[in-house]
Parts: sequence; structure tokens; C-alpha cells
Amino acid sequence: MAEPQSSSAIPVWVQPLMAAFLGLLISAGLVWIIGENPASVFGVFFRGAFGTTYDLGLSLFYALPLACTGLAVCMGLRARLFNIGVEGQLTVGTFFAALAGLYGPSQPHLNRIFGLLAALLGGFLWAALLAWLRAYRKAHEVVSGIMLNFVAFGLTSWLALNFFKNPSTQNPETVALDASLRFKSWTFFDQAPIGFHALTVPVAALLVWIFFRWSRMGFSLEAAGAKAEAAEQGGISVASMQFWSLSLGGLFAGLVGFIEVYGNTGRFVVGFSPGYGFVGIAVALLGRLQPLGILLSACLFGAILKGSLDLDFETEKITRDFALILQALLILLMSCSLPMPSALSSLWQRIRRNVFGTRV
Amino acid sequence: MELVFDTLLAGIRMATPLWFAAMGGILCERSGVINLGLEGLMLIGAFTAATLAYFTASPFIGFAAAGLAGAALAAVFGFLTLTLRGDQSVVGMGINLLSVGVTPFLTKIFFQVTSSTPSLSVEQKFIMAPTLIAVGLIASTALWLRFTVSGLWVRFAGEHPEALTSAGIRVLRTRWICVLLSGVLAGWGGATLSTMLASQFSRQMTAGGGFMAIAAMILGRWSPLPTALICLFFGLTDAVQIRLQGSLSGSDTAWMLQLIQISPYVLTLLVLAGGLRASRAPKALGKSIEI
Repeated sequence: MAEPQSSSAIPVWVQPLMAAFLGLLISAGLVWIIGENPASVFGVFFRGAFGTTYDLGLSLFYALPLACTGLAVCMGLRARLFNIGVEGQLTVGTFFAALAGLYGPSQPHLNRIFGLLAALLGGFLWAALLAWLRAYRKAHEVVSGIMLNFVAFGLTSWLALNFFKNPSTQNPETVALDASLRFKSWTFFDQAPIGFHALTVPVAALLVWIFFRWSRMGFSLEAAGAKAEAAEQGGISVASMQFWSLSLGGLFAGLVGFIEVYGNTGRFVVGFSPGYGFVGIAVALLGRLQPLGILLSACLFGAILKGSLDLDFETEKITRDFALILQALLILLMSCSLPMPSALSSLWQRIRRNVFGTRV
Repeated sequence: MELVFDTLLAGIRMATPLWFAAMGGILCERSGVINLGLEGLMLIGAFTAATLAYFTASPFIGFAAAGLAGAALAAVFGFLTLTLRGDQSVVGMGINLLSVGVTPFLTKIFFQVTSSTPSLSVEQKFIMAPTLIAVGLIASTALWLRFTVSGLWVRFAGEHPEALTSAGIRVLRTRWICVLLSGVLAGWGGATLSTMLASQFSRQMTAGGGFMAIAAMILGRWSPLPTALICLFFGLTDAVQIRLQGSLSGSDTAWMLQLIQISPYVLTLLVLAGGLRASRAPKALGKSIEI
């Protein structure tokens, strides 16, 4: 949300750190209650996520789509709109990318560019539908987003399985594109699927940063979210800002499709996303809607996902679902900051008044 | 004729969890709180009911406990949204994710597996009782909201909270009660899933039921009777689809199944595109109250 304006506001990094700390504390408590050793469980997490360069690569690999969806959610939340449709948008983006790869130009570089554009277009179009419903039909964006997720899932699987299905397998997936079109993994990460496509993500974050820092539209978008009436009087069309904040967010959701198809599987697999769009909410909140913060929190969530995979084998009672609990705790702990941390900041102001004697 | 009757009966059974959840949703939203956590509340209810029915051999104890579990999780939701004034939509989604994570975690502790609880025998299951309870519930919700003073308070908490405050009624308390009640009802909806429709709890068994209930509520314009009818329609769609799945698999028309599956959502979107939401949603929906 908005940058802290006065000295009385809480520094932007305080709440994420507090949330992360509390989240770890609560989950350590849970682990302890059921009779496992918290230290050894977190040890498994840590080794699973960072033990070798391959593990590190896989953590980053999970972080990439999460950073994209985090940016997508962030674009909406900056205008105080909750883009819960990211999951559907990335599904459509991936579907588009897989088809573009199959039917696009055969020259590898052209094909990749074509695939990237198709992925972005898919995400954008699906988001534009949501954005239109919100901005011009005044439908609640959360409800229509959820409905659009279901429809995206149903439509893409229907199309994929009836018209583009890979005939040589029982799996619900489309025909894979040629291996030469996919990006090669860097040797540093020892076969983990991280290559040049990964660079699109920091570039996307940089673009978002520039957009909100310097562009007129970025400013209007936040103004429309923060003070709709004032913005309208200042000549900003709130409806069109709402439209753009959601639909531009769809571009980043679509980017997941490019990474998935050209950097990983090379095809559209029905149900491939383990809820990237929903975790993106947590990523955006924990990153305090700052692009750099989102990159960092995506890395944290990627590491949590990767680290949790080994829990199944290395502990007796805890499974990979533990990552979901940790993510949910972070969402809940960060949620209270959204309408400006009113309860928390009044507490903070009281502390300042009483302890430091500052006039608020 | 018997086929029609069977499908109708199956539709009513499948509408039952939606009835519970949608009534919970209506209470919550009429009092001005968006509860997207219905799905998670149902899931925790489904788990609790199946587990207790298994250990106590009584589906009724499971049912009661599911209501309590739903209320407990709803209390977390209420604390974060009403007391700390967190964003209702975000907290709701967080509650869903928490439930998805916590239920296999608990299943693993109690039964050493993460996928599902043990199967219930016929005596540990319901036959039709939740459906009857749900029908009574729909009628009483409709009557309560419409004809009683406290029902009026609920509606005012969602439409004109200031007016309620000036009448000396505490808006926050009204909303708290509605949030807790929605937890109980959604928990019962989940219990219906695991101890009447199925005979165990399995991972993510709600499969979007909570969101279906929200869709039904919007299509039913936040009033109990129309909403219940929409739920029934969704239940029938499900029943028909399952019947078709049996008879169509492998045949030429099997390709239609996914399209039938998404039809309730498409319908909701079309209605939303018609601008219905704006005209009928409680005015103070989603706005937190300064104390």
C-alpha cells in the first residue's frame, strides 16, 4: 500500500518480520505439541531448501511463479482490489503459451518470443474479463474472480483434452513442444530448471517498480484505490484505473505460463499449478506490495515449498502439508495490515507517545 | 419415472451441504461481513464429523462437534476481521488455506495417513437427518431475518450500521454472533459431506462447495428461499452430471461433462455481468466498523 508518510507510521519492514517471526513461533509450537523436535524439523526444511546447489535451484524454481503471481496480486492491491483470479489467469496463460509453442514459428528465438507474447495475452485477456466485471459492471472482484478460476480450469481442460491431447500418454496434457525450444538449465544449479527464462521475473519486478515510482498511471492507480472521490475530482477515472490495475496484473499471471512451458514441462498439464495464484496473495502481502519485497518473499515461499517436500520422509508425523499451514499463518498475520494497520498503528503511536515522548 | 425420482432425490441430498453453507453465508453477509472462508469452515467440519463419528459411533455427536469446530475457526476469522479489522476477503482466503493444511496434518496425527479418515460403517453414518435439519434451517432463517427484531438488527448491521448504533444496539456484537453462526452452519455443511454423502473425510473433499454456496447466495439475492432453490438447482446439476458420467463414459457425448461442470459458475458470472450485485448487496458489506 502507500509508503509511510509521516514519522509516526510503522516502518514498512516491521510487520513482515514480525509476521514471519510469529508464524515460525506458532508453527514451532505446533510441531512441539505433536511431539516432534522443532529444531530438527526446521533443520529438514533448511537442508531441503538450501542443502546443495540443486536444492537451491529448485527453491528458486518454485520462487519464480510465486514472484509472478505476487506481482499480479500486488497490481490489484495497490488500487485496493483483491485479484483472486490469478490462478485462472495463469492457467489460461499457460494454455496459450503451450499452443503458441506448438503452432508458432519454428525458429527457436522467434518461437520463444511468440510464446511469451501469447502467455502474456492469455493472462491479460482472462484478467480483463474480471476487470471489466469489476470496473464497469460493479461486480465484487473476489466473487467473480473465484468463478472465473473455475471456468478457466474447466474450459482449458475441456479444450486441452478434446482438441490438443497428447495421444501417446494417459496423462491429461497437451502435446509437448520440441525440446530444442525450451531453455537450457544453467549448469551452476546442477539440472534444476533455472535458465535464461528466469531473468524475466526480476525484469517484471523492475517494471512494476518503475511503473509505480515514475509513471503517471501508477500514481493514478494508487490514488483511485486510496481516495476514490478525491481522485475523481482530480480528473482520474476510477473505473478505468480499476480496470487497468486488475488487467495489467494478468500480464504477470500470464508470465507463469511462459516459465512453465518454456522453462519446465514444455506443455500444458491439467491441474499443473499447486495453487500458485493463492500463494501469490501471501507473497504480495509479506512483500508489503513492494516489488523487491515480493521477490524476497517469493524466495522465502519457494524455499518453504521445496523444504517441505522432504518432511514426508524425514519426520514421522509431519508431512509437506505443513508448508500450507505456514503459508496460511503468514497470510492471516499479514492480513490486518491491509486497511492500513489501524489497530496496530494506534498501538504503535501509543508506544511512541508513552515511551519516546513524541507528539503524534 | 423412477429414474427422474432417483435423480431428484440425489439432487436434494447433494444440495444439503450447500444449503447449510449458503445459510451461513447469508447470515454473515446480511450482517455486513464477507465470509470467503466458508470453504475452509466446511472442510474443518467435514474432518471433525468424520473423526468423531468414527470414534463415538454416533453421527450426531460428530455433527454437533462439527458445528463447534466450525465456530472455533470462525472465531479466528472474527477476531482478525472484526476485532483487528483485517481485510475480510484476505482473512477468508487465509482461513481456507489454513483448513486445507490443518486437516491432513490432523488426519496424520489421528490415523497415521494424510489422505483420508477410516471409512464409516452404516450405523456411523446419516441417512437423511441433515437434509431435514437443513430444510428446517432454511425456513427458520427466512422467518428470523424477516419477522423478528433481532433479524432486523442483523439486516441493519449490514445496511445501515450507524442507524443500528444510534438505536443503542452494538453492531460489532451482532456481527460477531452472525460470524460464529456461519461457522456452525458451514461446519454442519461439511459434516453432511463426510457423514451423509460420503463415508469418510478425504483431502479437500469440499471441492469448491463453499464457493458454490457463495455463488448461490449471490444468485439468490441474499435471501434464504431463492438461495435455497438455487442450491437445489446446483445439487440437481451435480446429480445429473454424475448420472451422465456413468452412462456417457466413452460415448460420443462424454466431451460435454466439463462444460456441464462449469455451468453454475458461468451462470453466476452472467448474472454478475448483468449488474445484479450492485443493486442488491448489503450496503455496508465488507466495511469494518470503527469502535
